[in-house]
Amino acid sequence: MQFGTFSIGDVSPNPTTRRPSTEQERLKAMVAIAVKAEEVGLDVFATGEHHNPPFVSSSPTTLLSHIAAKTSRIILSTSTTLITTNDPVKVAEDYAVLQHLADGRVDLMLGRGNTGPVYPWFGKDVRHGIPLAIENYALLHQLWREEYVDWKGRFRTPLQSFTSVPRPLDGIPPFVWHGSVRSPEIAEQAAFYGDGFFVNNLFMPKDHFRRLIGIYRERYAHYGHGAAEQAIVGAGGLVFLRRNSQDAVREFRPYFDNSPMSGHGPTMEEYMEQTPLIVGSPQQVIDKALTFREHYGDYQRQLFAIDTGGMPQKSVLDTLDLLGEEVIPVLRKETATRRPGTVPQAPTHASLLADRDTLVSLASESSEEAAK
Amino acid sequence: MSTRKPLRLAVVSAGLSVPSSTRLLADRLAETVRSELAAAEREVEVEIIELRDLGVDIAKNFASGFPSPELSEAIESVTSADGLIAVTPVFTASYSGLFKSFFDVIDNDALTGKPVLAAATGGTARHSLALEHALRPLFAYLRAVVVPTAVYAASEDWGGNGDSLTDTLPRRITRAGSELAGLLRDLPGGGGQAVDDASVVPFAEQLSALRPE
Repeated sequence: MQFGTFSIGDVSPNPTTRRPSTEQERLKAMVAIAVKAEEVGLDVFATGEHHNPPFVSSSPTTLLSHIAAKTSRIILSTSTTLITTNDPVKVAEDYAVLQHLADGRVDLMLGRGNTGPVYPWFGKDVRHGIPLAIENYALLHQLWREEYVDWKGRFRTPLQSFTSVPRPLDGIPPFVWHGSVRSPEIAEQAAFYGDGFFVNNLFMPKDHFRRLIGIYRERYAHYGHGAAEQAIVGAGGLVFLRRNSQDAVREFRPYFDNSPMSGHGPTMEEYMEQTPLIVGSPQQVIDKALTFREHYGDYQRQLFAIDTGGMPQKSVLDTLDLLGEEVIPVLRKETATRRPGTVPQAPTHASLLADRDTLVSLASESSEEAAK
Repeated sequence: MSTRKPLRLAVVSAGLSVPSSTRLLADRLAETVRSELAAAEREVEVEIIELRDLGVDIAKNFASGFPSPELSEAIESVTSADGLIAVTPVFTASYSGLFKSFFDVIDNDALTGKPVLAAATGGTARHSLALEHALRPLFAYLRAVVVPTAVYAASEDWGGNGDSLTDTLPRRITRAGSELAGLLRDLPGGGGQAVDDASVVPFAEQLSALRPE
C-alpha cells in the first residue's frame, strides 16, 4: 500500500491571520512539503493542475521536475493532469521528460478538471468534456506505446508518422490513474485499459465513491485484467491531526469554516460523520482511515490532503511529522495484515519493468524449448 | 387486482406556519386522490414531506453539494413515489424559495415521467396564475407529467359565501384529485423505478462515437 499527500496548490489567505502568502511562497512551500513527505516516509507526492486564481499549480511537470531534483525516493504524481484541455501530444512529451529525469519515479492521474471556463480558455468546449477525455487519452496511450503514430480524431489535427520524444524510460509508459468525482464513464475508461482508478474521497459521503469504485472493479474484471478485487484503486481524503483531538479540532476549525469547498454549510462535525474527513488524534486518523478499505475494498494508494485553505507551511510540516511518526507506520502494518495475498500492489516503474523482464525471459525460454 | 402493490403517493408541502393552509390543501388533495383510488380498488400509501423541517438541511446541501441523511430520505421518498402532490405558498409572485430549493437539490432526471399535481395557496386569488407561470414550467423542465387542473386556494376559499357559483375550491380539488388518480390507477404500485445514474456505456461504444467519418 502506498501512502502520500496531494495538494490542490491554492494561495488562500490564512483565515486566522488574514495574511495572504505570495505565489512564490506557495510554490516553494509545495516543494518543501514534498521534500518533507519523502523525509518522513511517505511514498507519493501529487500536485493538482489549475489555470485560474487562487491557484499556482498550472504547470505540474515544471514543479515535479524541480522536486525530483531534491528527492530520491518519493513517487511524483498529479491530482489531476487535465486530459481534456491539454494537448495529449504535449502531455506525452512533458511527462516522458519528467520520467527520465526522475529515474522512473513518475505516474500521473488524469482528470477533466472542475472549472468550466478552462475549456474555452484552451479553445475547447465544456460539453465535450467526456469525449475529450476519451479521445485524448486514446492518443496519449498510443503515443507512449507505438514509435510511429498515424492518427486522426475529432479534436486535434491529424498526425502522420509522428514519434513522441523522448520515448518512455525503458520503454515503460508512466502508470496512469483516472480520477473521477462523479462520472461512471471515467470508471469505465480506467477499467477498459486496466489502469488505476482514483476517487478524491473529499466532501461527499463515502457511499457515493463506493458506487463509482464498484463500477470500476466490476468492469475491470469484465475486460479481463484480473478479478474485481485485484483492480488498482486509489483514494484521497482530507486529514488534520494533532497529538490530541481537541487541539486538532480547535486548530483546524477556522480553515474548515473558511474553505470555499466545505465552509458555511454542514458543520465540521457533520462532515466528519457523513464524509471521509478526519480531524483528530493520530489514533483517530488510523481508526477512520482503516474503515476506507471496508467500503472500497483493499486498495493500493491512499493520498491525504493536508495543505489547503492558507494553512501555514509550518503547520503542514507538523502534520507530516505526525503522519510519518505515528500514523503511516501503523496503517502500513494494519493494511498489509488485512490484505489478501492475491491483491496486487500499485504498479511502479520498477515493478512494471520487472514484470516485462519476466515476460521476456519466459518468452525466450519457451522459444528455446521449441528450438530443442 | 388486489394482488397489486399499494400505490405510493408523496406529498410535498412548503407551508411555513403550523398549522398551515398549504398543508391543509395538501391533505385535502391527498385524501381526494386516496378515495378516488379506493373506488378503483387501489390502496395508497401517503408520505408527507414538510419542507419547513428540512429548510436548514436544504441550505446546507447548497453549500456542500450533498444531502444530509434526513434530506436524502425525503428526496428518495419523492423520487421513488408513483405520484407526487406538490403544494407551495405563493411568495413574491411565485413559488416560495424553499419550495424551489427542494427541487433544485433533486437530480434533474429524477422526476421524469412522474404524475404530479401542482397546487398553491395565497392571501388573495390575484396570484393564482403563479401555478401556470411558475410551477407548471418547473415540472415541465423536470419532464414530469403535470395534471391539467392546478389548484389554487386563496384565504377566502376556506370560507365561502354560500354561493355555489363562486365557492369552487371543493370542486377544483375533486377534479384535480381525480385527474391524478386517473394517471395512477393502472400503475403497478410500490413506487417507480429509481433512476440508475450509474449505468455504464461500454467503452467501445464511447470510442466509436468519436471516430471521424
